[in-house]
Amino acid sequence: MKKYFPFIIVGLLAVLPLIGLSSYVMHILILVIMWSVIGMAWNLLSGYCGQVSFGHAAFFGTGAYSAGMLYSKLGLSGWWGLPASIIIVTCFALVIGYICLRLRGPFFALATLSMGVILRIVAENLVDFTGGDLGIMIRERTWVEKMWYYYIILAIACGTFIVIKMVIESKLGYYFVAIREDQDAAESLGINTTFYKTIALCLSAVLTGFAGAFYTNYMGYIDPKVVFALHDISIVTIMVVMVGGVATFWGPAVGAIIMVLLAEIIRSIPTLGTAHHTFFGILLIVIIIFLPNGIVGDFPKLKRLIGLARRPS
Amino acid sequence: MSLLDVKKVSRFFGGLSALTNVSFEVNKGDIVGLIGPNGAGKTTLFNVVNGFYKPSKGEVFFRDRTISGLKPHQICQQGIARTFQVVKPLQRMSVFDNVLASAFLRTASRVEAAELALDILQFTGLSEERNTISRGLPLGMRKRLEIARALATQPELLLLDESFAGLNPTELNESIQIIRKIREKGITIMIIEHHMKVIMSLSDRIVVLNYGEKIAEGTPQEIRHNPLVVEAYLGETQSA
Repeated sequence: MKKYFPFIIVGLLAVLPLIGLSSYVMHILILVIMWSVIGMAWNLLSGYCGQVSFGHAAFFGTGAYSAGMLYSKLGLSGWWGLPASIIIVTCFALVIGYICLRLRGPFFALATLSMGVILRIVAENLVDFTGGDLGIMIRERTWVEKMWYYYIILAIACGTFIVIKMVIESKLGYYFVAIREDQDAAESLGINTTFYKTIALCLSAVLTGFAGAFYTNYMGYIDPKVVFALHDISIVTIMVVMVGGVATFWGPAVGAIIMVLLAEIIRSIPTLGTAHHTFFGILLIVIIIFLPNGIVGDFPKLKRLIGLARRPS
Repeated sequence: MSLLDVKKVSRFFGGLSALTNVSFEVNKGDIVGLIGPNGAGKTTLFNVVNGFYKPSKGEVFFRDRTISGLKPHQICQQGIARTFQVVKPLQRMSVFDNVLASAFLRTASRVEAAELALDILQFTGLSEERNTISRGLPLGMRKRLEIARALATQPELLLLDESFAGLNPTELNESIQIIRKIREKGITIMIIEHHMKVIMSLSDRIVVLNYGEKIAEGTPQEIRHNPLVVEAYLGETQSA
């Protein structure tokens, strides 16, 4: 049963749009799947390899802008941004990795945080190149219907899941976890830590860039404040994985469902809408104290807690 | 032929000289003990050989090629593995996964690596603990896990940094047996150890450090009667 679980989920998701969901529900589903992709990508670098990144917006935005600028500068379809972002984001990741990966722990986290902010400021100020604060508008949308976007992001998510599962169960995955647990020990066991950390960063960055390129095509409009956002992208990425479960296969997906739904629900309450970040903050505190391994990682504990609550009745 | 050749190695930390002009050779197949009072520079010497520190002066040769200046992972790939005095298990991984992660050094195939890891767990008597998360292991087991992990990289030279400290007598005997079995496999071993009985019975030769300098080298018999060594350990001899 457990072996077929991923296939069942994908099968369900594949037939879901055929039952005629409203375009709002489709939008939510697309966002959930997109956030799962970003979460899975972050999880690879920060969950498994232990290099906590506070700046995944840098890669998301780079992916988004490579798609947007191929359209605005070269007149190509924004979908070329998907293959192009492999190259562009990898180059970016190599540069960022070269600078940041010599730092350890919190210093690496702070360096990535600044990378996200630097890229936003660059994108805002290179007006001739990126269009500055005006952003980039994709005027000819590929499809109006959401169904196609849904299947494309679903395919990206499946690909991401397969890549990560293969990586984690191979030599690479063991090396990543070894680096997370003890970098000095890993180094003395013959693991080229710099090299493997760079691989983790590049993989994570490219997958995040895919989500960014998809976002450009799907939303049809990007600007630096949206795609390089610190709190709306970088921090939400971390929250998705923290809530779902760090270093688990299904954590990012579960976290994405909760975070997207929660954001929608809170925003729909008129008086509380603008304060949704406050709720995310409170949620994060609760998660860290009570479920430090996230919902998937601490599932047995969660079941026990609910079981305890039920017993008296 | 000497497998490891430490030539006039010095290592300074600021103005402090942790190692001064240390030279010795380790022959293939030998067990060499490295002893000295606390702070004599034993672990620093391991760190120099293992690549964590670059020698400030001098050079280290392994199989007649210099290894000074290489990174620890490159030195490990050349065939030198080490254990740590303060054990560094990969905490949230099981014992098996710990060994598996290092077994991947010489193969990319998971099946081969898993076979090697199981062999080594058997060899070091950790088979029963293989699914335990290593954070929960008692110290004796963790020390042995360090040895198992180092062995999984299939080294030619094994550096053991106080792998016997804090073991109870039973564990101590088991570990001594394991070291003997490792030597029978043809792996050369260097041991840092304070436990004199162990080092005297295991070692073929012993190198003695004091204040970063080599003060003696020889067979256990010679070392036992060397006045300099006795002085370093017991203080100046009183004229009776």
